[in-house]
Amino acid sequence: MKRFSIRVLLAALLSIFANNVFAAPAAIKIGALFSVTGPPSFLGEPERNSAKMVVEEINAKGGIKGRKLELVVYDTGGDATKAVQAANRLIKEDKVVAIIGPSTTGESMAVLPVAEKEGIPLISCAAGSKITDPVKKWVFKTAQNDGLAVSKIYEYLNRKKISRVAILTVSDGFGSSGREQLKANAAKFGIKIVVDDTYGPKDTDMTSQLTKIRGSQAQAVICWGTNPGPAVIAKNVKQLGIKLPLIMSHGVSSKKFIELAGDAADGIILPSGRVIVSDVLPSSDKQKKSLQSFVKDYQNHYKVEGDHFGGHAWDAVMLIKGAIERGGDSPTAIRDQLEKTRGFAGIGGVFSFSPSDHAGLNKDAFVLVEIRNKDWALVK
Amino acid sequence: MNREIVKYLLLVVVVLFIPLLVHEGYMLNVMVFVGIHAMLALALNLLLGYAGQISLGQAGFFGLGAYVSGILTTSFNLDPWIAMIIAAIFVTLLAFVIGFPILKLKGHYLAMATLGLGIIIYIVFNEAVDHTGGPSGLSGIPNLKIAGIVFDNDLKNYFLIWGFTLVSIGLSLNLVHSRIGRALRSIHDSEVAARVMGVNARILKVQIFALSACISAVAGSLYAHTMTFIAPASFGFNFSVELVTMVIIGGLASIYGSILGAALLTMLPELLRTFQDYDIIVYGLLLIVMTMYMPGGLVNGIPAVFSRLKGKSKREGGGDA
Amino acid sequence: MELSDQIAQYLLSGLSTGAIYALIGIGFAIIYNSTDIINFAQGELVMLGGMFTLFFMEKMKLPLPVSILLAVLATIGCGALFERLTIRPLKSPTPLGLIIITIGGSILIRGIVMLVWDKDTHSLPAFSGSEPILIGSATILPQHLWIFALTAVAIAANKLFFQYTITGKAMRACAVNRRAAGLVGIDVRRMVFFSFAISGGLGSLAGIIVAPLTMTSYDVGVMLGLKGFCAAIIGGLTGGVGTVLGGLLLGILESLGAGLISSGYKDAIAFIILLLILFIRPQGLFGRAQTDRV
Repeated sequence: MKRFSIRVLLAALLSIFANNVFAAPAAIKIGALFSVTGPPSFLGEPERNSAKMVVEEINAKGGIKGRKLELVVYDTGGDATKAVQAANRLIKEDKVVAIIGPSTTGESMAVLPVAEKEGIPLISCAAGSKITDPVKKWVFKTAQNDGLAVSKIYEYLNRKKISRVAILTVSDGFGSSGREQLKANAAKFGIKIVVDDTYGPKDTDMTSQLTKIRGSQAQAVICWGTNPGPAVIAKNVKQLGIKLPLIMSHGVSSKKFIELAGDAADGIILPSGRVIVSDVLPSSDKQKKSLQSFVKDYQNHYKVEGDHFGGHAWDAVMLIKGAIERGGDSPTAIRDQLEKTRGFAGIGGVFSFSPSDHAGLNKDAFVLVEIRNKDWALVK
Repeated sequence: MNREIVKYLLLVVVVLFIPLLVHEGYMLNVMVFVGIHAMLALALNLLLGYAGQISLGQAGFFGLGAYVSGILTTSFNLDPWIAMIIAAIFVTLLAFVIGFPILKLKGHYLAMATLGLGIIIYIVFNEAVDHTGGPSGLSGIPNLKIAGIVFDNDLKNYFLIWGFTLVSIGLSLNLVHSRIGRALRSIHDSEVAARVMGVNARILKVQIFALSACISAVAGSLYAHTMTFIAPASFGFNFSVELVTMVIIGGLASIYGSILGAALLTMLPELLRTFQDYDIIVYGLLLIVMTMYMPGGLVNGIPAVFSRLKGKSKREGGGDA
Repeated sequence: MELSDQIAQYLLSGLSTGAIYALIGIGFAIIYNSTDIINFAQGELVMLGGMFTLFFMEKMKLPLPVSILLAVLATIGCGALFERLTIRPLKSPTPLGLIIITIGGSILIRGIVMLVWDKDTHSLPAFSGSEPILIGSATILPQHLWIFALTAVAIAANKLFFQYTITGKAMRACAVNRRAAGLVGIDVRRMVFFSFAISGGLGSLAGIIVAPLTMTSYDVGVMLGLKGFCAAIIGGLTGGVGTVLGGLLLGILESLGAGLISSGYKDAIAFIILLLILFIRPQGLFGRAQTDRV
């Protein structure tokens, strides 16, 4: 009797096991490296949320050709060492077919040799242009290059006949990449940088730098950073009574910034992905459909507004989905198909990859917006 | 001394056998980092455990080693081995010069000063963009090579790193069992008494500080050449604290404890797989609980727990590597 | 704009940030002076003040003054709890052990706050508007005046408490010689407990009052705590005027450094000066020389 019951139990266990493993084809594993904690968590958290959300949705709709997707996410804490370890784990232990992330340029540069060596496609969610310039065989990216945002700003300044600017950038990866691009592109647009200052990511008072700018010949201030620094700067500008136009980067294109800076945010101009202005876009806009579905889903899932950082991960998952649909789920096939992607209208812009371009966007990926009455308005 | 040699040889055998067990898998990659961290924990333990001098800026010396190596090989096309030697000499000299004023300080003041030193070094990594690449890091650092063998995969790196680690362990064992080791421990217990007994405490502390910096710098060079990419974020205050944690968890004044601590903390993310987001909490708790209930670290604590369980009336403590 | 006007603004900005550092530094000094412990979690107590206020205001919809009061009480509770759970059970506290326990505590508190609340930055409303006040050619905000006022009150209260109350005197006695204090009938553990509660209260007040300027998030305590620690060390870890002067000096050096030399290296400048001070006068600029106790 006793033996019999054990047999029944075994059989039952086996059938459960069999149901799980043999009934449906194995899931396709996709890896993700996001800085969910640490200083860049403002990037990593929405990225992880978006990636999880879109994978759930794909699976709810029956997966890709009947196969489910499985997302394996590791937190890198913004540290290159941890990112490399996690990338190795994704490839060698979890056996993923593609990797999304990391969130920052530094981590991406650290992980990139691993992806190249192991032959696994990597879609970085970081903005630094050196990630895909020069082109690496296995590496793509979805975040718009900082250079594109800089061009958008400089074009605007040209229209306003402003030629002398002061730049104030944060001394982290985001700010230093912006600073590099601001300096590199200035001459092309006939712009002269008269003050080049930085501030620390945790600084709480920037009146010293701004006082120096006030005493200079600058006609406009460009600030490159992510929350909370720029909000402090906006308040300090108001405190010091500086009347120069204040231009920010796409690093603050979320409602959070307006909330933090309060009244001081009014009149600030910045380049941004289209996410924040999806409602006011003309219906002819190619991205409108993707944008609206992303914004609506994110709101439903997480009760907060989705931002364009989350959009980078959304784009990456959708690009991989497209590639698998067209060419199957081997790493090589995914890579080849990613490279053949043309005209994919995502959140960050309309992507068209080619063997010589693994970033896939042009400067139309950005629009210029102005903060008016605590809301966004398109600058024509 | 014979028992020490047996223990050491045992470790060598274990190190040689690990690749057979874990093979080309991901664990081998983790073991590479365990080796680097073991060197760093060892270096810190010489200072913290044996000489009793706290340093909260150890990540700075590690970073300096990595950056000097990285910059010399990328910007000046120097051979990685030569870069590594220059890095080690540079950091040792620097530590020697700074050591004199800094080690005059004690307790909290020493903690603050070393912390400040670490932060200054970190800021330089961040701000000297033209040389260090700034916050987004320095890439394209070449791998080390010997006679045509390029250390470019986990297996080769494993042997490279653990070779260095074993040498550092051997040297440290020798050191702590020598006259110098005894003098160091006397400084730890009471600096005044040590001085009275004729130990030149000041010079000795500075020498240990410099040695500790030197080992850290070599670990930094190795890190740079195996990762081929470095960024300031890996060398900040947090990492200094992480190193202190390794030493405390493994066991102060225990060479093998440092290796245990380094291995445990490096593999912690692996062990905490199911609750990833909570690792910061686990980390803080570990520090507190270990210091409170196992001040001797695991090497001393586990045997103590066992002997208590067995009901032996043997007095605990006093264990050493 | 004249250079002199710029320098006036640098000085004023430096003074106002310096006052923040001073206020936080006093928290360090209080614990140190009564227990000989440097509480590396002091920055986290500062952060808790801001975060609790935010919680009571936004989640419980309470008015600002009530929220502040509750936040201070809650942080005092946290400080006391921390002492009860980690410092009290220690059999033989060593300086190294205490440094590590409080570092562990700071990591733990930060982690809990991050998970219970979120990783975002939040702003608190300024107490009395944000219209800049013109002093000569330089400006400050009304919130800065609140900080100056609180700092002054804190020094005065500190002085009164430690000089004229029995508890205050007993706490000082503990720092001078724990054993002797115990022998004359002072409940040493109770005094340590008190000092953590008091510095929790002061730290939270500091955190609340600076939050409208610096904003608040789970990790805001790291840098503020470090700078406060610096201020206290420069001031020689004295509870009163020394730490305040240390804080103001640090603030001014930072501000001048950022404006005149290099904004990227301003923190490095501050720390180099800290090291130089420690090398030349290890007892701090405003502290009395101490002889080794054997």
